[in-house]
Amino acid sequence: MAGPTDFIVWKAVLLKITRIGRASGLAVAAALALSACGSASNDDSSNTANNSGAAASSSGGSGSSADTSCFSGSLSAEGSTAQQNAITQAISSYQAKCNGAKITYNGTGSGAGITKFIAKQVDFAGSDSALNPDKGEPAKAKTACKSDALDIPMVTGPIAVSYNVKGVGKLNLTPQLIAKIFSGKIKTWNDPAIKAANKGVDLPGTKISVFFRSDSSGTTDNFTNYMNTVDPANWPDKHDKTWKGSVGQGKAKTAGVASAVKATDGGIGYVEWGYAIQNKLDMASVDGVKLTADSAGKAVEAAKVVGKGKDLSLKIDYKTKAEGAYPIVLVTYEVVCSKYSDATKAKNVKAFLSYMASSEFQKQLTGVGAAPLPAPIQSKVVESINSIS
Amino acid sequence: MSSSTGASLADELPDPDGRPPLRGDGAGTGRRGDRLFAGAATGSGLIVIAMVVLVGLFLLFQAIPAIGEDKVNFLTSRQWQVSARKFGIVQMLWTTVATSVVALVIAVPFAVAIALFLTQYAPKWLSGAAASLIDLLAAVPSIVYGLWGYFIVAPKFEHVQSWISDVFGWIPLFDRVGGVGGGTTIFLAGIVLSIMVLPIVTALTREVFNQAPMAHREAALALGATKWEMIRTAVLPFGKTGIISATMLGLGRALGETVAVLYILSSLPEGSKWTWSLFNGGDTFASKIANSASEFTPGLGTGAYVAAGLVLFVLTFLVNALARVVIERKKAFTE
Repeated sequence: MAGPTDFIVWKAVLLKITRIGRASGLAVAAALALSACGSASNDDSSNTANNSGAAASSSGGSGSSADTSCFSGSLSAEGSTAQQNAITQAISSYQAKCNGAKITYNGTGSGAGITKFIAKQVDFAGSDSALNPDKGEPAKAKTACKSDALDIPMVTGPIAVSYNVKGVGKLNLTPQLIAKIFSGKIKTWNDPAIKAANKGVDLPGTKISVFFRSDSSGTTDNFTNYMNTVDPANWPDKHDKTWKGSVGQGKAKTAGVASAVKATDGGIGYVEWGYAIQNKLDMASVDGVKLTADSAGKAVEAAKVVGKGKDLSLKIDYKTKAEGAYPIVLVTYEVVCSKYSDATKAKNVKAFLSYMASSEFQKQLTGVGAAPLPAPIQSKVVESINSIS
Repeated sequence: MSSSTGASLADELPDPDGRPPLRGDGAGTGRRGDRLFAGAATGSGLIVIAMVVLVGLFLLFQAIPAIGEDKVNFLTSRQWQVSARKFGIVQMLWTTVATSVVALVIAVPFAVAIALFLTQYAPKWLSGAAASLIDLLAAVPSIVYGLWGYFIVAPKFEHVQSWISDVFGWIPLFDRVGGVGGGTTIFLAGIVLSIMVLPIVTALTREVFNQAPMAHREAALALGATKWEMIRTAVLPFGKTGIISATMLGLGRALGETVAVLYILSSLPEGSKWTWSLFNGGDTFASKIANSASEFTPGLGTGAYVAAGLVLFVLTFLVNALARVVIERKKAFTE
């Protein structure tokens, strides 16, 4: 558990150091810029935000802090725990560039985040799913914002099917196999069906021990949604935040599942990618596709945008036939107002989210077990953020 | 200190044989200090009572709407699916009671033996040091016990457990359970709980044994009793009520323990087969509530968990009431 925080702290320290290093160079650049256009400081933020994607490469080695628009003041957000690592990382990197910005994010769960957003207690919410019309959330958010609320996809969190079978370093599963294993229809690792998908791999007769999350979790929700979509015959239950399966052992939180899989020969479970990496767990390929930042990004790329206008709620196609796409991904959103009644708030939200959507930050995401947004989606996200006023 | 009310300090101390201290006629001097102290003491007492009543009322008011919406029988169903409005507590009740009883069955004999050793057998220098060491066990945070139990003990315990199943499997309590591996069972949770309960029970019984009247002990020895006979005839009978109340305090801790149990116990999937075996997984009331706490939003779902908390509250209350009855009876017999 200490891993990601250590990492973030170090990252912040490193960024501070590099920042000091380039400060001297920057001072010259800044002086030039000031003399060139003395009155530009006012709409400084929107300009740089517009350019953020392209400018990163043009400014090159001189330091990309030039294209991050800073604000001083505070910004508060709350919601999904699935994106907590990513957003904490974003906050520390952003604050390393912009000293005056005070940003807080409370990982209390998507439901709590949206509730707080609707009650106008936070500036934006982090959520595992887009605002749900069945619960009347878009309407409530509209009343709170006095404008439409937008769902902006930001962090892609792949879900790894992690296993622990002695002597098996590579495992391939088909969607049907996943549903059958997690529903208890396949009981041993040397089952002919698993063998058929893994030619040339020597599978032992170990009993399969399924581990699931005992707490209510968006990861469970997405994973069961996946199984129910790709193989309703073997997984007839609708997706739910709590596990509905009839076999296996429940463990508290992702950490509990990850350590149980690690400790049990023959164990299998679903965990967020970051935890699987941290615990050095073996991850199964799905239909021959390994889980990488790239393959997860391809699944997001293949997703359909179902939101209207600047709203970018996505529908992930779990059955996607896209080449090299790893389908079990979870996209988390930032829920924002399209028009804030307070102009400074709008500027601040815009500045921070623009940084999160920038290629510079998205590249860092793999370090916290999240995948960067694919380029086509990213450009739509930037466009959406720029429309906030 | 000589006091102005005419009662000396010696009068305030309890008698060696547990009789209440001598009391004055209750007449104060009417001075300001007297009235302030009486007021503060009465106030504190009333606040405690009010708090317990308010906690009970809060639980009740939050729980009633949820129980009203319940689609299965709250007290007899094993299903717990909050989103489907099915709240049944049997599985949790069994797990809670089973882990606590296992803990007490192990901890109480140990604690009594430790207390006897410290008060009757050990040299003075040792008993002081050992006592504070045992008290230190109580200061270890429960999360540490949980992690220790889960990461260090559980993998090794699996073998012990499977041996017990092989030998005593014909007793339903020790039946082998297929679904739960890695030693993360009710039995292990009970063992770890017993270590957590041990210092509480030891400290209290030690205090009581210390107060066993010297006159009784010397009388027993003078009649030719061996040390063990002296303990049996003079110390243990004297300490009986103390042991019972210490056990009840320990039980309270075991019933309510949350984090350690949460880490050690494997949860069961919905609809798994019922078994009396201690080698099964499960959730206690406290661990189930803690596990779901991050997703609480106001409404019936939370109400269901509060209702589960209410059952735990009532359970602890009943156990304590029962203990009180037992102690009163014991007193009536011995006097």
